[in-house]
Amino acid sequence: MNYFSEAIAWILDPANASGPSGVWARCWEHLWYTLLAVVLACVIAIPLGYLVGHTRRGRGLVVVSSGAARALPTLGVVTLVGLVLGIGLVAPMVALVLLAVPSVLAGAYAGIEAIDRRTVDAARAMGMSEWEVLTRVEIPLGLPLLLGGVRSATLQVIATATLAAYVGAGGLGRFLFLGLKTQDYPQMLASALLVVAIALLMEGVFEISERAAARRLHTA
Amino acid sequence: MGWVLANLELIGSRTVSHLLLALPAIALSFVLALPLGWFAATRRWSRATLLTAAGLLYAIPSLPLFVVLPTIFGFGVRDALNVIVALTLYGLALMVRSAADALDSVGRPVRLSSTALGYSTFSRFWQVELPLAGPVLLAGLRVVAVSTISLVTVSSLLGVDNLGLLFVDGFQRGILAEVLTGIIATVLLAVAVDGLLVLLGRLLMPWAKAAGR
Repeated sequence: MNYFSEAIAWILDPANASGPSGVWARCWEHLWYTLLAVVLACVIAIPLGYLVGHTRRGRGLVVVSSGAARALPTLGVVTLVGLVLGIGLVAPMVALVLLAVPSVLAGAYAGIEAIDRRTVDAARAMGMSEWEVLTRVEIPLGLPLLLGGVRSATLQVIATATLAAYVGAGGLGRFLFLGLKTQDYPQMLASALLVVAIALLMEGVFEISERAAARRLHTA
Repeated sequence: MGWVLANLELIGSRTVSHLLLALPAIALSFVLALPLGWFAATRRWSRATLLTAAGLLYAIPSLPLFVVLPTIFGFGVRDALNVIVALTLYGLALMVRSAADALDSVGRPVRLSSTALGYSTFSRFWQVELPLAGPVLLAGLRVVAVSTISLVTVSSLLGVDNLGLLFVDGFQRGILAEVLTGIIATVLLAVAVDGLLVLLGRLLMPWAKAAGR
């Protein structure tokens, strides 16, 4: 328990708080990496997931990619891309996007797949074009599951962004690796606590937005 | 390929230590998830609490957890026990949900009629609920096994011996083949254990061949 109070003291220490390598800057960096990776993953995975969900073709792709993502060791991907592309932000970003894509893809696809076929057929029978079926029926109804996918992708990225510091980028992992090298236990623990706090914070944000999405669906 | 052939012994020993960390964690999380899942499935009030707790547990990033656990339990950061406990917690977080869903899928009518036939709660669990929940439990266990095997590698950043050390070492010394070998070996190990679990499922539940997938 003593380490905990030392870690808290480390976080609250004004000497560690500000500056380009201070606690606040690293927190923002961490959040910024996460946001960038998740947005990039969404740009790639959502259209693809909708395509698979709407046409019901290529389901195997989704299953294989989510299985492969589970088996693929994150640290291996980060170090591999780091070796190939050199240290810096690009390597971890590629790895983070790669890891976030399957969850978002599965969410986008499952959201549409889970819709009752009769609902979609009824929309067609009412004279909606395929585009209207997708944008007015399938996408709104699939929103909760898509959000679920984005949620697990985000959490995974927050956790993994810690590894970005290992290949020379910033983020909260910096404190962790710095503490590891200098046997500075409070600093390691402080970094761990901050990452956990960010993860739980984002979990809360998603919980609220998922509830709001579900409520809108039921009243609409 | 040259690197692999020159370092077969190293890869072998790292694979063994990898399994020695992963297998106990997988087995422990399965055994511990059963009673918790049963509780969540049969006692309505406990379901939301248990599943939310599991979700929050899973939200904790792995590398920090490896660092935080020793401060709570008092073992060293590099102890095998530390890694096993952390991995068990993650496995548990995934498995409790599957176990609850699996035991839920048995259905109230089945439960009530087995009670009517004279099963005690204990024998009902072992002879009715567990076999019926088997296929869904197996699906959950496969997910836990694969993700645990991949997660073990993170502990190598702390210096724990497993296949992940191939990433750390390969990265620091700039040996691309070593990192690649580590990735491929980890994935192959996950696929192998997954295949063994499917096989075990076929042996234990010959009736569920179609439902196993």
